[in-house]
Amino acid sequence: MATTTAPNPKVNRLGLPAIDYRGSKTTLCAGCGHNAISERIIDAFYEMGVKSERVIKLSGIGCSSKSPAYFLSRSHGFNSVHGRMPSVATGALLANKTVQAIGVSGDGDTVSIGMGQFAHLMRRNLPLIYIIEDNGVYGLTKGQFSATADLGSKLKTGVINDLPAIDTCALAIQLGATFVGRSFSGDKKQLAAMLKAAIAHKGTVMLDVISPCVTFNDHEGSTKSYKYMQEHEEAISEVGFVPFFEDIAIDYDAGTTYDVTMHDGSHLHLRKLHEGYDPKDRVAAVKALMESHDRGEVLTGVFYIDTEKPNFTDLLNMVDEPLATLPQARTRPSKEVLADVMSKLT
Amino acid sequence: MATGHAELDSAGVEAGQPDSGTQEEASQAARKPVINDFSIQVATVNGSGSQSANIVLLRSIFGMGIPVSGKNLFPSNIAGLPTWYTIRASKQGYVARKEEIDVLIALNAETAKEDILALPAGSVAIYEEAANLKQYRNDVVCYPVPFDKLTAAACPEAKLRKLVKNMIYVGVVAKLISLDLKVVETAVRRQFAKKQKAADLNWAAIQAGYDYAEQSIPKQDPFVLERMHATDGKIIIDGNAAAALGAMFAGVTVVTWYPITPSSSVVEQLIGYLKEYRVEPDGKASFAVVQAEDELAAVGMVLGAGWAGARSMTATSGPGISLMAEFVGLGYFTELPGVIFDIQRVGPSTGLPTRTAQGDILSVATLSHGDTKHVMLLPASVKECFEFAMAAFDLAERLQTPVFVLSDLDLGMNNWMSEPFEYPEKPLDRGKVLTADDLKRLGGFARYKDVDGDGIPYRTLPGTDHPLAAYFVRGSGHNERALYTEKPDEYQNLMERLNRKFETARTLVPAPVITQTGKSKVGLIAYGTSDFAVTESRDQMKKEYGVETDYLRIRAYPFTHEIHEFVASHERVYIIEQNRDAQMLSLLKLDLPAVEAVKLRSIRHFNGLPIDARSVTNALVIEENL
Repeated sequence: MATTTAPNPKVNRLGLPAIDYRGSKTTLCAGCGHNAISERIIDAFYEMGVKSERVIKLSGIGCSSKSPAYFLSRSHGFNSVHGRMPSVATGALLANKTVQAIGVSGDGDTVSIGMGQFAHLMRRNLPLIYIIEDNGVYGLTKGQFSATADLGSKLKTGVINDLPAIDTCALAIQLGATFVGRSFSGDKKQLAAMLKAAIAHKGTVMLDVISPCVTFNDHEGSTKSYKYMQEHEEAISEVGFVPFFEDIAIDYDAGTTYDVTMHDGSHLHLRKLHEGYDPKDRVAAVKALMESHDRGEVLTGVFYIDTEKPNFTDLLNMVDEPLATLPQARTRPSKEVLADVMSKLT
Repeated sequence: MATGHAELDSAGVEAGQPDSGTQEEASQAARKPVINDFSIQVATVNGSGSQSANIVLLRSIFGMGIPVSGKNLFPSNIAGLPTWYTIRASKQGYVARKEEIDVLIALNAETAKEDILALPAGSVAIYEEAANLKQYRNDVVCYPVPFDKLTAAACPEAKLRKLVKNMIYVGVVAKLISLDLKVVETAVRRQFAKKQKAADLNWAAIQAGYDYAEQSIPKQDPFVLERMHATDGKIIIDGNAAAALGAMFAGVTVVTWYPITPSSSVVEQLIGYLKEYRVEPDGKASFAVVQAEDELAAVGMVLGAGWAGARSMTATSGPGISLMAEFVGLGYFTELPGVIFDIQRVGPSTGLPTRTAQGDILSVATLSHGDTKHVMLLPASVKECFEFAMAAFDLAERLQTPVFVLSDLDLGMNNWMSEPFEYPEKPLDRGKVLTADDLKRLGGFARYKDVDGDGIPYRTLPGTDHPLAAYFVRGSGHNERALYTEKPDEYQNLMERLNRKFETARTLVPAPVITQTGKSKVGLIAYGTSDFAVTESRDQMKKEYGVETDYLRIRAYPFTHEIHEFVASHERVYIIEQNRDAQMLSLLKLDLPAVEAVKLRSIRHFNGLPIDARSVTNALVIEENL
């Protein structure tokens, strides 16, 4: 006769339960896409078995930027100023290149006020997961258009957007980011796989996640609504992810699937759903983005990945340990050095 | 050649062209030698390479053991606009700008007339003979020199002549003011230490100028140098290099910047030092330097690095400070360390970007929105640039707040004599940081709780391996546990604690330097580079008017108690500063009781040139009805 035992609580490879990866209770609206993204972030870090204490989470200002409070409560967090999270993240990673960094921004925070820092973050290929929770409007100030709103889309008040949208993915590819993709907060499977791959990547990961604003931009005439996304999402590839610590052989067709080996040995499988898709080809990626946009589709998936390009902290050739905690003996030169400098000035 | 002076009594002053009758005044002045106390101005066109020649001249005087200072008055331009370099030799050791020029080297045809017309009677003008400047002044000793001819002879390569021409005047002046040629050779070889060929060519040019002067210019002016020993053991360095050295010896690890005159050379020179002295045996750097996309990003990186535990800094000037305003408020409110060097220049806006001022005092003291106030250190010498750079990092980490070091273009970009810098005895003060072991022992912490009563809370660094180490930095209202709050009492408690912390800062910043007899009713207060002029002016007041003054030099904000006491113990207190709006006086008024504040009076200098002693003395004489 079998005896019943208390069930083991489910834990990850570090022996930690998922609850250890949660954050404070969200204060965003019920149904906000951002909450779903926070859930996926929690799942991804839990499933990848990353220790929260080794993670820093940063943001700018806006609804999206509140969300780092709602995941990974054991990680140091930094809610900075509007559009300037990239610089804070850069400084933090220079001080301690050994931590894993995730930044959450919004479309207003990134594409308008933060465009300058966003551009230079991409260019530096800083090892950071940069997520844009993209809903096309400024939520905290009650629903003005942002610069990712599509031409002709309509506000609740009836105002029509008469300027073209900025495509953050095309931009990030041109600027030098080494992992660029788009997803949808409602696409649990795709977003989960992309986030896990993002954790395995050592460079700038730019994920534009369409995340509908249920209060200000989920109506007829919006191109960032749940309904619009359900009708217009078009995946360029099917995203599969096998972490390095799982010994699973996946059958895939080499003719239709790209197998990308990540820095940590994990594998990203990208099954081609579009003619001409090649995640190593920047030009093809931008072309696909522009063409699908012209067709009125919202293209999702991993558009571009480069696992070879050195990231910013590598380029700086810093010592292995965090600069922040180097002992004085390694940061203050000796008395003899000062004497040497002085002797050259007499 | 002391006998030369006497021979000139009845001679005309244009070399080799006796012209008696019109030169009486100049001849009178020529009678008494003026030893080790005069100023030289070199007027050239920027981009012509005159800076090397000027430094050789400066170093030669220094090498003669005579106290010397040099100031570069240059335009915001790459090449082709007028630039002036003034060198002051002063046996008394005065280093302020001297208003009157004694020896002019007029090599800029465009400004030559204006330059000679500005000279006081009895001074000297050296110029290209074709310019014929003598026509403008009969009361100035004129030495026309065939510079172009001499240059062509000394330098066969035509394309190098523009540069070599500058060394000809070094040779001419060397002869005229009795510089020791051996000392000049040392200086020129030092200037071109890594370029043997250039050193030889320039040395030949100096000799050509010297020989010409020896053979063809009878000395008719009184200005001569005599060897002293006042510079023995001293160094020459600019303030920005000194600040860079201070940062390196403070153990800076993260440096960010956006190029802006006059601060760029802080980081450029720091990069040089770090590459030389902070690369480890395996070739890896114990530092990171980033040229940011703008000053907002530069300061954002500083605060991000400070949050993560690094000693971080940036250097900028007024326009950059304005751009940093929002971030600095966040740094103050979320209590992040970081050091910001502000090498002040003339504003507002682009202002006079290559001229000096002390115009950022008020804007930095309260930089940002809401209730903010910041610690400022105010160096007045290259030695203090070095020492205050180190102090700034300690204070930033001790107080967990952005700390500003306010230098200016005059101090930062000019060469100054100094005692050699002393190696810091005190270890680095990394402030109140809790490690994982501390947390194990304490069982947790509250990020913004005033545990010690000094207003300074404890912090943890990202990456600390303890489940209770993390906290959330937010610019919005937060309670002691760093949690979001809009509760009135929690916000007010936080703001009051930040005030307590500022009171603690008052006890930690450098105290003022006070020189007083205890008998004078008149107190002078200055800071930074106004010090040089005030020091000299006090001597003028005593010597010329018999008036003793007491002097307090402010070295930091918040003000320490000595400043209150100084004002309380004088009837009238003059605040001398280099801005229009009496900015330091305004700050003092905020700090002092009303009964003391009424004693404050203002002397200001804000024309873009460094303040000089005479203008301070003149203002004091009027104010004091002397």
